[in-house]
Amino acid sequence: MRIGVDRSRCIGAGMCALTAPEVFDQDTADGRVLTLDAAPAGAAAEAARRAVGLCPSGALSEVPPTRENRDRT
Amino acid sequence: MSDPLHTLTTMPTERRPGCPFDPPPELTEARRNSPLNRLTFANGRPGWVVTGYDLVRAVLADPRFSSRKELMRHHPTIDYGDIEVPPAPPGEFLLMDEPQHGRYRKPLAGKFTVRRMRQLAERVERITADRLDAMEEAGPPTDLVTAFARPVPAIVICELLGVPYEDRGSFQDRIAVFLGGEASDEVLIEAYTGVQTYLAELVAAKRADPTDDILSDLTGGDLTDEGLRGMALILLTAGFDTTANMLALGTFALLESPAQLAALRAAPGLVDGAVEELLRYLSVGAKFYRTALEDVELGGVTIEAGAPVILSISTANRDFERFPDPHALDLRRSDGGHLAFGHGIHQCLGQQLARVELRVAFPALFDRFPTLRLAVPADEVDLRPETADIHGVKSLPVTWDV
Repeated sequence: MRIGVDRSRCIGAGMCALTAPEVFDQDTADGRVLTLDAAPAGAAAEAARRAVGLCPSGALSEVPPTRENRDRT
Repeated sequence: MSDPLHTLTTMPTERRPGCPFDPPPELTEARRNSPLNRLTFANGRPGWVVTGYDLVRAVLADPRFSSRKELMRHHPTIDYGDIEVPPAPPGEFLLMDEPQHGRYRKPLAGKFTVRRMRQLAERVERITADRLDAMEEAGPPTDLVTAFARPVPAIVICELLGVPYEDRGSFQDRIAVFLGGEASDEVLIEAYTGVQTYLAELVAAKRADPTDDILSDLTGGDLTDEGLRGMALILLTAGFDTTANMLALGTFALLESPAQLAALRAAPGLVDGAVEELLRYLSVGAKFYRTALEDVELGGVTIEAGAPVILSISTANRDFERFPDPHALDLRRSDGGHLAFGHGIHQCLGQQLARVELRVAFPALFDRFPTLRLAVPADEVDLRPETADIHGVKSLPVTWDV
């Protein structure tokens, strides 16, 4: 899967870093999301999907696959 | 023609005797009938009570529903008449919308990250162990609220903010007055003024002599003294009372569910999920308030501009369409997604701190006192009234074998 991040919406609640620590971290300065792995696979993708659903501010999304990245995976 | 929406005639004021952890039965019934319920507020204004998970979550995420204090002129049970409510004082960002809300929340977000809070775990373990030592030394029986549930989070937030714990007499009881739901206006005003006076002195002291703590860090920015005072008030209030009530009520719930407690003791790895489940099951922040800024379509009806809306977190977290067997405390439930910390831009800033505190404190308490039990019959445990902003027990008499 591919993750879309809109940092301008992020409020730094930390749900993503809590739920999918292999995929997300938080900037220590402002608490906002940092993406460690923009295209997680396997268990990390499952966790990332949960994190997208839990994000309180709508900063995270799952990017629908395009032909280009579908070919790659 | 029948109205598909359920109407609540009044906001329920009592829990069912013997069911201290369940929402008032009329609210649970209301959720069964509809996720959205009409309610006429005390001043005659028609409004809404949202009881269902999906709709509560939708409202919390929707900026057309405002948190602004000056719009909250309607109370479910108190008729304020034509009284004008002033806007929230600077810094009290819980009762603001964007962009004002972000101005005060943003400087704090980096201070409460998952990583930073995890780094505090060792310190929280030490503070917890000290309180357990004191309990052990004093011997049973004791009131778990004053001996453990209140001091642990209070010491932690004081250290984080840079508030001398010895000063807590100036605000701890007064904050309990704000949120306890039983004080007269006169007592509330005294409590608020007293805390403000203390915080004004504290902010002045941090400006003059910054130390290594959140409040001192904030004095380095462009926030006014008034703003800093408001932020400190929010952080202290949230840090003191919410986790304290989760600890005391959560201990009560675990003692009343021996099989669940035994499962937790047998498998310490359950603790993270157990904390999430207790947050869902207990929903100590039982209801939030919003006001519609414009006409909004919600659940097939129009919420009119200006309408007051009560979000019933306790029934949303027990929604049968979202959680299987919702009224059971099941520490192995793993789907998460509860709304105990809210949702949307106001979702709890300190939630990662609360998680660390609860994950440390529950196991430490039950490890130290394997025979911990109530010292009074369960139905004699004194609960806060439903008018309280934060649900909980007033005291929790416990004992153990020595």
